[in-house]
Amino acid sequence: MDNYRIPLGDWIESLIDVLSTALAPLTKALSHVMEAGIDAMNDALMAVPPWIMILVIALISWKLAGRKIALIALFGFALILNLGMWEPTVSTLTLALISTGVAMVIGIPLGILSAMYKGVSRVVMPILDLMQTMPAFVYLIPAIPFFGLGPVSAIFSTVIFAMPPAIRLTCLGIKQVPVSLTEAADAFGATRVQKLFKVELPLAAPTIMAGVNQTIMLALSMVVIAAMIGARGLGGEVWRAIQRLQPGLGFEAGLCVVIVAVVLDRITQKLGAKRV
Amino acid sequence: MELLKKGKTKDEILARTGRPVGVADVSFHVEEGEILVIMGLSGSGKSTLVRCVNRLIEPTAGSVVIDGVDVTALPKDKLLEFRRTKFGMVFQNFALFPHKTVADNAAFGLEIQGKDPGKRREKALRALEQVGLAGWEDKYPGELSGGMQQRVGLARALALDPDILLMDEAFSALDPLIRRDMQDELVTLQETMRKTIVFITHDLDEAIKLGDRIVLMKDGAVVQEGTAEDILTNPATRYVERFVEDVDLSKALTAASVMKKPGVTVHLPTDGPRTALRKMDERGISSIFALNKDHKLVGVITADDAAAALERGEKKLEGAVRTDFIAIGPDTPVQELMADMALTFCPAAVVNEDGRLKGVIVRGSLLAGLAEKGRAQNG
Repeated sequence: MDNYRIPLGDWIESLIDVLSTALAPLTKALSHVMEAGIDAMNDALMAVPPWIMILVIALISWKLAGRKIALIALFGFALILNLGMWEPTVSTLTLALISTGVAMVIGIPLGILSAMYKGVSRVVMPILDLMQTMPAFVYLIPAIPFFGLGPVSAIFSTVIFAMPPAIRLTCLGIKQVPVSLTEAADAFGATRVQKLFKVELPLAAPTIMAGVNQTIMLALSMVVIAAMIGARGLGGEVWRAIQRLQPGLGFEAGLCVVIVAVVLDRITQKLGAKRV
Repeated sequence: MELLKKGKTKDEILARTGRPVGVADVSFHVEEGEILVIMGLSGSGKSTLVRCVNRLIEPTAGSVVIDGVDVTALPKDKLLEFRRTKFGMVFQNFALFPHKTVADNAAFGLEIQGKDPGKRREKALRALEQVGLAGWEDKYPGELSGGMQQRVGLARALALDPDILLMDEAFSALDPLIRRDMQDELVTLQETMRKTIVFITHDLDEAIKLGDRIVLMKDGAVVQEGTAEDILTNPATRYVERFVEDVDLSKALTAASVMKKPGVTVHLPTDGPRTALRKMDERGISSIFALNKDHKLVGVITADDAAAALERGEKKLEGAVRTDFIAIGPDTPVQELMADMALTFCPAAVVNEDGRLKGVIVRGSLLAGLAEKGRAQNG
């Protein structure tokens, strides 16, 4: 018993080796496309003068979440600009938003499928449990052989980390639709698809939005951690502060993350509450 | 089903297979244009039965035939088509969509059929008008009272102009006064619509009032089928007999059960003769109850007396108030009222112990109530 150790790690490594070689053309192509996308979005956001960006963000907050959040956004982002953290903040925002987008595009349909078919949920739910309990850092490592060091790997691991709430809450939202309402839809001869789009999804919308909110928050936190595998942005600043033992810089970068998180959180929360 | 055929009881089957028997061996037919009431206490299988008709619950055996078409044998797409065009369903808990406006709720069936929005709205508005909800189309169901919500439910079914209305305890969740209004309204609507209606209820009074024929169920089986008259006068089994008796004893007709909402009243000392006359005129009534500022009933004013007071040039109503009307408590049995009501000039007032007006009894509603009960008592 003592001298035999199950080579679980070796198996995983050889599996990843095989996969990364086999999938290399695909991952390389994907990596190029993604990188181009990230750069394009980043450049576009950076091309706008910071002050105009700040006003636009404040305006969006005001429209969607009210005056208080608009003021927080205005002063918060102005502080970020003043601290000279504008560029890393924009790049963090880009990564977080792209990851959230990808996570939603994959997660919401998966959530719908697992609400509709028991078989799907039986496969998906245990995987979600695994994804959510596995320490976040672990996802960083296999991303590298597939996508190399850099923002694409960061997005890959962020998507995996941030997707579970989108799946879970979509599934929950649909399952929570009262049976009497789906029965009424059935009684009037609705097809499965009509029932989904006319009754279930609109009624599940607030819950799904709560999932989106969670996904954004998780994506933001993971994008910061992903600095360790070469994501730039605020996480990069924190990482540098750790290596150089500069608590001041670390705190400043951390504060910027908090400001971005608060504004995004409030906006998406209000968006969910509005749909009721 | 095998077990049922072998003559096992439902309890035995539940114990052996773990599956309860909902409805078994029920056979009935519905004529075009009639209201068939399926009645039974909760757990008797009536809601399961009505869901078998449009296969919301898939029957394990047996068949449902509508206009010569075996619904139970229809493939999926034909079944959907059938549900869309043949059936309108009204549910006990309304089952309105909270995210849609009243008009969009009423138009739901048409939306499912793929009708264009303009036509949908037009038909939905017409259906809403039929059920007395014109002007409410842009509200949300949450802003409506229970009675109004169920009117929307009814409009949603009517908007499709279906051949068959399935009404599953449609009025059971409403409070008694509203329920009576809705029953009256359904009867009125049915006079012009002539739909085939399958109406589920647990309330014998409702069954008698609405049903052209009644199917009485117990434990998933039919115990008696026939007109209200049949069931009340010739109960087929001891169970029916007890059911009918129970209903009679527990629901002995009291003033509260036949009264109507008070409607308009005049308020002393603020209202004058002119106001009183106009209020009566609006409602087409010949007398009106007068309340004091504590909302207590002080008397009744007839149109003649109010007109006389106006001619005398009086600004106040006090001179026209009469107190020789009938006032009774809500628990008074109405039999005691009969003789007096025949002679009186105005409705009887139902007054609670605080002297507040709770409702009025007009001759018409009293006789209607008694006619129902009279039949019941013969049985």
